[in-house]
Amino acid sequence: MTTLVYLLPVALFLGGLGLSGFLWALRSGQYEDLDGAAERILIDRDDEPER
Amino acid sequence: MSCCAPGAEMALDVAGAASVLPSSQEIKLASRPLGGDLYQTDLSVPAVHCAACIQTIETAIGKLNRVEGARVSLSTKRVSVRWRGDEVPSFVAALGRLGYQAHLFDPVIDEKDKTLSELIRAVAVAGFAAGNIMLLSVSVWSGAEGATRDLFHWISALIAIPALAFAGGIYFRSAWNALRHGRMNMDVPIAVGVSLAYAISLYETINHGDHAYFDASVSLLFFLLIGRTLDHVMRERARTAVKGLSRLAARGAMVLRGDGMRDYLPVGEIEPGMQLLIAAGERIPVDGNIVEGSSDLDCSLVSGESTPRTVALGEKVQAGTLNLTGPLTMAATAAAKDSFLAEMVRLMEAAEGSRTQYRRIADRVSALYAPVVHLTAFLTFLGWMAATGDWHKATTIAIAVLIITCPCALGLAVPIVLVVAARRLFESGIMVKDGSAMERLASVDTAVFDKTGTLTLGRPHLVNASSIDPTMLAIAADMAAHSRHPFSRAIAGFAGFSGQPKLESFSEYPGFGIEASGAGNTWRLGRRGWAGWKARTGGEGKLSGSGGTVLSRNGIISASFAFKDALRPDAKAAIEQLKDAGLSVEMLSGDTAKACSEVAETLGVDRFVPAMLPSGKVKQIETLAKDGHKVLMVGDGLNDTPALGAADVSIAPATAADIGRNAADFVFLRESLLAIPFALDVSRKAGRLIRQNIAIAIIYNAVAVPIAILGHVTPLIAAIAMSASSLLVIGNALRLHGFALAEATSAPSATRSGIRAPVQQS
Repeated sequence: MTTLVYLLPVALFLGGLGLSGFLWALRSGQYEDLDGAAERILIDRDDEPER
Repeated sequence: MSCCAPGAEMALDVAGAASVLPSSQEIKLASRPLGGDLYQTDLSVPAVHCAACIQTIETAIGKLNRVEGARVSLSTKRVSVRWRGDEVPSFVAALGRLGYQAHLFDPVIDEKDKTLSELIRAVAVAGFAAGNIMLLSVSVWSGAEGATRDLFHWISALIAIPALAFAGGIYFRSAWNALRHGRMNMDVPIAVGVSLAYAISLYETINHGDHAYFDASVSLLFFLLIGRTLDHVMRERARTAVKGLSRLAARGAMVLRGDGMRDYLPVGEIEPGMQLLIAAGERIPVDGNIVEGSSDLDCSLVSGESTPRTVALGEKVQAGTLNLTGPLTMAATAAAKDSFLAEMVRLMEAAEGSRTQYRRIADRVSALYAPVVHLTAFLTFLGWMAATGDWHKATTIAIAVLIITCPCALGLAVPIVLVVAARRLFESGIMVKDGSAMERLASVDTAVFDKTGTLTLGRPHLVNASSIDPTMLAIAADMAAHSRHPFSRAIAGFAGFSGQPKLESFSEYPGFGIEASGAGNTWRLGRRGWAGWKARTGGEGKLSGSGGTVLSRNGIISASFAFKDALRPDAKAAIEQLKDAGLSVEMLSGDTAKACSEVAETLGVDRFVPAMLPSGKVKQIETLAKDGHKVLMVGDGLNDTPALGAADVSIAPATAADIGRNAADFVFLRESLLAIPFALDVSRKAGRLIRQNIAIAIIYNAVAVPIAILGHVTPLIAAIAMSASSLLVIGNALRLHGFALAEATSAPSATRSGIRAPVQQS
C-alpha cells in the first residue's frame, strides 16, 4: 500500500512528461511535414564547399 | 537532378497549353509581408518527391540574390521562399531551370489548420487519460478492495476531468449545436453517454461503491477521436492537393493609365473604363471590349467551344478566356464582381440552395437510434423501480444500459470506412473533398458529362499526320513551335525530322498564322484564306480541316491539316463501365451539334444536348432530379459550375476552372476518365461496408442490451464488449483495402493506363 504513494505519482509524472513532450513537438511544427522529415535524413549536411 | 526526372511520374499537365511563368508583379501580389522588407512567397511545386529534390531546390534558391531562405514541404509539395527588397528574386525561373514547374496558388488558404491541431491535442489528452485510468481500472478488476479501490477511483476521476473538458468538449459542442437546431446527430448519444457515465461513477466513488465507469467514458472518447481525426486528416489532404493546383483565373492585370504609366492591379480593383494590357498567354480578367490588337481566344473553359475564336478590334471578350496569340489592349466594361465569372458563382449558389439537403446515413441512423436507446434506459429504470423499489439500483442499471449502448461502434462505423475509401481514392489521384460525397455518389443513377475538357482533353490533335508529306510536316512543326495557338501546339508535336530547309525570321500574325522565310521562299502556316493567298489548290487542297489550317509556300498550299479535339484517354472504356454499373449517360455541351454528335457517337453516349447555356444545364439537371433521378455531374468549364452545384454529386478534372474545382465534391488529377467509374465503384463498396458496420453495431447492441437490462453489466464487461465491437467494425472497414488489392491483380487493365499505381506510398 505504501509503495503506491511513490508509484502512482511516478506513473502519472512519466505519463504527463510524455504528453507534454508530444504537445511541445506539435507546437514547434515537427508534425507539419512528415514526408519531408522522413526524406531529409538522407541529405548530407557537411558544409564543405567542394569534395 | 539525376534521380528525379520531375514531372515524369505524375501524368499531370495542368498548365498544358497555358504554361506561362507568373510575372513578378503577380508573385509580389501573392506574397505575404513578414515585417520590415521581408516577404514570403509560397509556391506549389507538384514534382517534388524525394530528398534530392529537397536539397537541389533549397540550395539553388538559397543561393539567389536577396533570398533569405527556402523551405520545401514534401507533404504538401510546396516551397516557401523568404526574400527581401522590392524586386522579386527570380526563383520561379530558377525552379524552371532545375526542371520543376512552379505555380502560385491562393495565399488566403495558407492559414494553419486549427481544427486539426485541436483534434490532435484532444487525441493526445484523451489517450494519456485513457491509458492511466485503464492502468488503475485493471488493478481494481484484479481485486483491489476497500480504501485502495476508493483511492484508485478518486485518482481516475481526477484524471478524467481534463480529458472530458478538453477532448469531450468537441462532442459536447457538436451535440449542443445539433440539439439547439432541433436536429439529432451521432454526437448527442455520445455526449449523453459519456457525461452520465462520469456522473454516476463520481456518485459511486463518493459512496464507496465498487463499480466505476471512468475507463469506459474516457476510452470511448479516445477511440472516437481517433476516427474523427483520421477522417479530418484525409479530407484536409485532399483539399490541400486540390488547392495546390495551378490557379486558372487571372490574379490581376496590367493597367494602362492615362499618363502612360503602367500599374499591376489585383482583379478586385479593376474598374469599368480602365485600359488593360493582356499579353499572349494571359487570361482575360474581366469582361471588356478590345481597343487595340487582334488575337485568338481559347474559350473552352468559358463556353465549351473547342475551336479558338479569332477576335479583333471592337469585339467583346469575356472574363476567363485565355489570350493565345497576340497582345491585346482592352477596355474593361465591368468590374470583376459583375463579370461572367461572378455571374456563374451566383448561378451556382442559387442552384446549390435549391438542391435538397442530403442527410448522411450516420445522422439518419442516430435520429432513430438515440430515442430508442434513451427510451430503453428509461423503461429499464421504471421496470427496476417497480420490481425492487430501490432508487439507487434502478438508476445504476439504467445508466449501465446507456453506457453499454453508447455508440462507440456506431460512431466509428461510418468514418472509419470513409477514411479507408478516401485513402484508396487518394492513391489513385482522386481527391474527395466532402465526407458525404461518397455516400451520395453510391446512389446516383444518371451521369451527365460536359464535352470539352471533360470527355475530351480540350486540346486539338492532328488527325491526318500520316497523309502529309513528312518534309512539309517537319517544316510546319518547326514553324508551329513559335506559337502558342493550340493548333500549332498539336503540329509542333511532330517535329524531329531533319533535312528540311532551314527557316528564319518567324513572325506571328494573331488571328491568321505564322510566317517564316527560308531559302528564298516565304512559308505561311495558318488560315486557308491568308496562307494560300494565290492558290486555288495545292497538293492536297481538298482536305479541309477544322478552321482550314494549311501550310503554304509563296502562297501556294502545300499541305493542309485536319484537327479533332482529342478524347480523354479511356473515355470510351469509362462510359462503358458506367453503363455496366447501371447508369444512364448524358452529355450537355456548349459546343456545336456537329462536334457533339461526333463525340457522342464515338463514345456511345445515349443522349446529348448541344449549344447549351450555363442556366440551361442547370435546368436540365433539375428536370432530371424532378423525375426522381440522382444525378452525377462531371464538368470542367466555368459554364459547368452552376450545373456542378445543382447535381446531387459532382466531379471535376484537375484542369477545371478554379471555381469548378472548388464546387466539385471530387477532383481527379490524372488524365484518364476511368477515375469516374473507379470512384463510383469504391463509393458503392464503401456504402455496402457502412451498412454492414451499422448492422454489426446494432447486433452488438441487441446482444448487450438484455444483459445490461438484467443488471449483469460490470465495468469489465462493458470495457470488453465495447472494445470488441469497435475492433470488429474497424476490421470490417479494412476489408475495403483487401477488395481493391484483389481486383488490381485480377483486372490489370484498370491499372494499366489510367489508375496508375501510387507514386509514393507515405
